[in-house]
Amino acid sequence: MREFATEVVETDVLILGGGMAGCGAAVEAAYWAKPLGLKVTLVDKAAIDRSGPVAMGLSAINTYMGMDGKVTSNSRMPERFVEYVTNDQCGLTRQDLVYDVARHVDSTVRHFDKWGLPIWKDDAGNYRKSGEWQVMISGESYKVVVAEAAKNAMATLGDKGQIIERVMITHLLKDDKEPDRVCGAIGFSVREEKIYVFKAKATIALMGGAVHVFRPRSQGEGFGRSWMPPFVSGSIYALVLQAGGELTQMDVTFVPPRFKDSYGPVGTFFLLFKTPATNGYDGAYVGGYPSELEKWAPYSNAKPCPTALRNYEMILCAKEGKTPFMMHTNKVAERLKNEITDPKALKKALREFENEAWEDFLDMTIAGATNWAAHNVDPLEKPMELQLSDTVFIGSHACSCGSWTCGAEDLMPKEYADAFPEQYNCMTTVKGLFTAGCGVGACGHKFSSGSHVQGRIAAKSALKYANDKKGYTPTLSDATIGKFKETILRPLALYEEKCAYTVSPDVNPNYISPHNFLFRLQKIMGEYVGGWETLYGTNDKLLEVALWKLAFCEEDIEKLAAKDLHELMRAWESVHRYYVGEACARTRLARKESRWPGYYYKFDYLKLDEAEKHFINVKYDMDKKEWKVLERPMIPII
Amino acid sequence: MPSYVITEKCDGCKGQDKTACQYICPNDLMILDKDKMKAYNQEPQYCWECYCCVKICPQQAMDVRGYQDFMPLGAASTPLRGSEDIMWTITFRDGRIKRFKYPTRTTPEGSIKPLEGFSEAKVADLANQFLLGEPDIMGVKELPTKK
Repeated sequence: MREFATEVVETDVLILGGGMAGCGAAVEAAYWAKPLGLKVTLVDKAAIDRSGPVAMGLSAINTYMGMDGKVTSNSRMPERFVEYVTNDQCGLTRQDLVYDVARHVDSTVRHFDKWGLPIWKDDAGNYRKSGEWQVMISGESYKVVVAEAAKNAMATLGDKGQIIERVMITHLLKDDKEPDRVCGAIGFSVREEKIYVFKAKATIALMGGAVHVFRPRSQGEGFGRSWMPPFVSGSIYALVLQAGGELTQMDVTFVPPRFKDSYGPVGTFFLLFKTPATNGYDGAYVGGYPSELEKWAPYSNAKPCPTALRNYEMILCAKEGKTPFMMHTNKVAERLKNEITDPKALKKALREFENEAWEDFLDMTIAGATNWAAHNVDPLEKPMELQLSDTVFIGSHACSCGSWTCGAEDLMPKEYADAFPEQYNCMTTVKGLFTAGCGVGACGHKFSSGSHVQGRIAAKSALKYANDKKGYTPTLSDATIGKFKETILRPLALYEEKCAYTVSPDVNPNYISPHNFLFRLQKIMGEYVGGWETLYGTNDKLLEVALWKLAFCEEDIEKLAAKDLHELMRAWESVHRYYVGEACARTRLARKESRWPGYYYKFDYLKLDEAEKHFINVKYDMDKKEWKVLERPMIPII
Repeated sequence: MPSYVITEKCDGCKGQDKTACQYICPNDLMILDKDKMKAYNQEPQYCWECYCCVKICPQQAMDVRGYQDFMPLGAASTPLRGSEDIMWTITFRDGRIKRFKYPTRTTPEGSIKPLEGFSEAKVADLANQFLLGEPDIMGVKELPTKK
């Protein structure tokens, strides 16, 4: 194997990931770094113009208060948002973190408006809200605009603002002298034979959630049509675990109900167009199981009913054999025809509906549009099928997996303080390591705008930290770096050493390909840990088998082989996904109730149990290979 | 719905160190065959169908064909992305065609100056909760806090 070059980058604040949170962090970091004279480096696995889940675009901003009242409806304050999120999460959430996002989120959306994101407004300039929290946008270029702001802000720092693209981070680095402190990260270029070592005073991990840990429903070409993009591989969760940090709510994954197969969005159809959805026999599934849902009171009685419970109605309906679910887009057209008598006005209303319906798909899930066209379905004329899709890990949607994270000093309950060796907003339980967006657990409903603003909160906090530690210089020996380098490149070395043993290198008893490793993980997760294969159900016995099988996966990490740099990226993505899966299975085993039955439920504890109303966190000791499960209390602030 | 490259149109973005599609693909799927000077999708089953490659290709040599495990053949969604809007042509399997045009941004490309118009950051302000532009940009006088 050819020798890889090693480039050492010394910086003050290291931002890992250039998605929504990463771009928010870059703008804010650039602003504060200037007077402090500090250096900021952003690293992305892809190109920040189109990296992360907003790469394709989005058709709505899902978190906006409108605190100044300049909205068409639903002007809200953070207290109401916290109340809404807490109920949606069936009572368990970090209210201090949710409140912090809510009080800042309007500023981020106002910046977007200034930068050039087309936000739908009325004639008076008020933002058009389609629901209590949602603002409609024409968002094909959402990420391009947000990335341009990040790049231009970093450029104001001159040499002290650096963006490095196409580098996959595999591990966080710990200080040789202070083994409980993160002092940077290490990874490799996916384009040239080069290892990157980043040394920093503060590191912000912002690499998004995790897809493809559970098995997707489509196994052919459609494997990649995961609802969240297939390139989010759980790096934050894996890296935080490897660094000894604490993750929370890794059982509370999200199962999006979406248009079947293409996973086109449903939010606008429900909220803006008030589209009716039914089971396969034209019966209601929403509100169709009141005696079952009553078992999840008081949460099930609040308006709106929690997302996980609405999902559970779909599961109950599916168990009765009453699928397929149908979204009757055609009935919106029928309603308009009944309501509007003037033919000109009707034509205009239908055209508007058609435009907005197609834009919803074309802005963010183009496959949804093509799927209509491929089936000769015009949504004005025919309904289309809905389905519960693949399980994903996403800390910013209607779920809550992520790191146990320090809150703002004026908001965090004092009881939480002990978990954090140093108290800075958005710092994890590991010194020097910050996170935001999908990296922050028990703080759902951030979506794109909330992730961006939380990236900004984390960046300001990390800059303050780096400034407070001005005298600190990371200590990293060449031996430490050499060891990591060997580990990172092991899949390439193994392939080169063993590939000639068999005529076709694809089947070889000496190694496992990243793709096959991933398939094995997905099969375990899907069949034992509560994937779509069991209609999202699991039990303690299944989870015990899962953990037994996952242990072999961990052992086989050493047998991963990669034939080139691209496959080396897939290898490390698979490793990161394994850690996410293991954390999920352990958390699900520890939880003795089914609080979010539409995301997953336990056959052996199929009920809500308020005695179990606490956070379940996991930690991992890399050296001892020991997992630890612990409980943290739910402490409300409102 | 994997992306594909039309042989006749692709010129491998001649003379550049990497092709436009290689530069932009969020999943690192595009690769250049240097002998043929043509790019291709090396891992179609990992394609998210985000169309980033289709939108950026200077030769319009890229398109997307529906995932064959659930889409019947014959349909297409074809973008033409300009500096302020995007045009879509939707071709149904039965030949029907629909066209849509949506705005993409309200400012000229490259013009964003995110820090301009705000007072410079002061070290003392690191201690408070305000982020860039706050609270004025939100139209409120005070940042809410726990009562």
